[in-house]
Amino acid sequence: MISAIRELRIAGGIREFGRYGQLLYQALRSSTEFSTYRKNLFHEFVKVGYESIPIIFLVGIFTGAVMTLQTAYQLDTDIYPSTIIGSIVVQSLIIELAAVISALVLAGKVGARMSTELGTMRVSEQIDALEAMGFNSVSFLVVPRIAAGILMFPILYTTAAVFGILGGITAGAVDGILPVAEFMEGGRAFFFESDIIFGIIKSFVFGFVITSIACYKGYYAFGGAEGVGNATTRATVLSCIFVLLADFILAALLL
Amino acid sequence: MIEIKNLTKSFGDLLVWRDVSLTIQDGETTAIIGRSGCGKSVLLKHLNALMYPDEGKILIDGKSVFDLSYTELRKVRQRFGILFQGGALFDSISTFENVAFPLRYFTDQSEEEISHNVNEALTMVNLKDSGSKSTAELSGGMRKRVGLARAIILKPDYLLYDEPTSGLDPRTSGEINELIVNLADTMDITSVVITHDMHSVLSISDKVAFLDEQKLSWFGKTDDMKHSDNKNLMDFITASEYQINKQTA
Ligand SMILES: Nc1ncnc2c1ncn2[C@@H]1O[C@H](COP(=O)(O)OP(=O)(O)OP(=O)(O)O)[C@@H](O)[C@H]1O
Ligand SMILES: [Mg+2]
Repeated sequence: MISAIRELRIAGGIREFGRYGQLLYQALRSSTEFSTYRKNLFHEFVKVGYESIPIIFLVGIFTGAVMTLQTAYQLDTDIYPSTIIGSIVVQSLIIELAAVISALVLAGKVGARMSTELGTMRVSEQIDALEAMGFNSVSFLVVPRIAAGILMFPILYTTAAVFGILGGITAGAVDGILPVAEFMEGGRAFFFESDIIFGIIKSFVFGFVITSIACYKGYYAFGGAEGVGNATTRATVLSCIFVLLADFILAALLL
Repeated sequence: MIEIKNLTKSFGDLLVWRDVSLTIQDGETTAIIGRSGCGKSVLLKHLNALMYPDEGKILIDGKSVFDLSYTELRKVRQRFGILFQGGALFDSISTFENVAFPLRYFTDQSEEEISHNVNEALTMVNLKDSGSKSTAELSGGMRKRVGLARAIILKPDYLLYDEPTSGLDPRTSGEINELIVNLADTMDITSVVITHDMHSVLSISDKVAFLDEQKLSWFGKTDDMKHSDNKNLMDFITASEYQINKQTA
C-alpha cells in the first residue's frame, strides 16, 4: 500500500518534471519573439531588480553586521590576528551568504508574485484569452519573467555583497571590535576574483530556479483562488528546496 | 464551416463527453445548452484548440485544427473571437487598452485609428464612456461587454460566446442578445453561443446542440426543438420555462 503510494508520487513527480521541461523548452523556442515580450521585459526588470533593492539592502547590511559580531565572538582568543574576522566575513558573504540569503528572500518576494500573477491569469482565463487571440502566451508571460530573473539576480547579489561588507565594517567599527583598516586588510588578504565569479554564477542559477519554478506553478495553476494559493505555496517551497540543492551542487562542482 | 467529428474528452478519470459530432455552417448561430458542468465550456475551447481532445478531430474549412503547427494554429485562432465566461479582461491595463490590445499587437494602425476603432467597438456594446476605467471598476455585465468589444475588434469570422447573459439583469441580457443577432447579421459572423437561458436560445440561434449524459444528446434546428421526443431536452426546456414564468409572475 505504502509502496504503491510512493510509486504514484514518483510517477507524479516525473510527469511534473516533464511538463516543467516542456514549458522551458517552449520558453526557449519563443525567446526569439522579442517584439512580443519587449514591453513586459522592461516591466519585469523594474519589478524584479529595482523594486527588490530596498529589501536586498537590508538583507546585506544585517547579514554582514551579524556575521561580523558573531565571528568576532567565536574567534575571541589571542591565537588569531583580528584581521582574520574581515577575511572570514568578506569571503563568506561573497561565496555564500549574499547569494543564498538574497535568493531565499527573493523566492518569497519575486517568486511568489510571479506565481500568483500567472496563476490568477490562468484561473480567470486571461491566459486562454491571450492564446485565443493568437498570442504566444509563454513568450508573452514566461520568457520576460525568467529573463529578468537571470539578469537581475546577479546584480542583486552584487548589491547584497557590497552592502554586506559595508554592514560588517560598520558593525565592527561601531562595536569597537575591529577598526575599519583592519577589517579591510583582512578582507583584501583573502579576496579572490574567482569567488565573485562563483557568486555570480550561483545567483544566475538561483534566479533561473526561482523564476522558472514560479512561472511553471503559476502557468499551470487550476481551481480558483484556492488553486492559486496552492500554486504559490508550492512554488515558494520548491524554489527554496531547489535553491539549497543547487547551492550544494555548485559548491561540489566548482569549488 | 466547422466540422466536429467524434470528439471525446476526459480529465483523468472524469469523462466529460464522448463521441460528439456536429457541423456548424457558415453564417449560422448555434446554441450549446446543457446543465452546469456538462462540458459546454470545454467543448468551446476545443474549437480553436485551447484544449485538445482524447480522440476525434475538428475541421475548419476542411483543415484539421489539432494537426496544425503552433504557427499555423495561431493564424487560425486569429479568425476567432471569444467572449469568456468571466470576461477574461487583462487586469493590469485599462478598459480601453484591453480592447485596443489585439490592434496594437496584430495590426499597424496609427494611434488615431486605434482610438477610433476602440471607441466604435465600445459604443457597439453601449460602453462609450467607460474606456478610461480600470477593469476593477467594471461590474460583471460591463466586463462581459468589454470582453465582447475586444472579441470583435479584429472582425473575426467566428465568434464564440461563453454564457454572454448569465448573471445579467433581463434588460441587459436582452440588449446582449440583440447585439449577438446584430453582429451575426451585419458582420456576417458565424457564432457559437453557450447559454443556460432559453430566452436567448429562442431569440438568437438557428441550431441547438444539447449536451447531456456525457454525449451530444440532441442536435437540430431551433424550430424543431419543441417537437423533439428527447425527454431530457424537454425536461430542460420545461424547467427553463418554469423559471421564466416564475420570474415574470
Ligand atoms: N482544466 C480542467 N481540468 C480538470 N477538469 C476540468 C478542467 N476544466 C473543466 N473540467 C471539468 O470538466 C467538466 C466540464 O466543465 P465545463 O467548464 O465545460 O462545464 P460547463 O458546462 O461550462 O459548466 P457551467 O455551465 O457551470 O460553466 C467539469 O466537471 C469540470 O470540473
Ligand atoms: Mg462553462
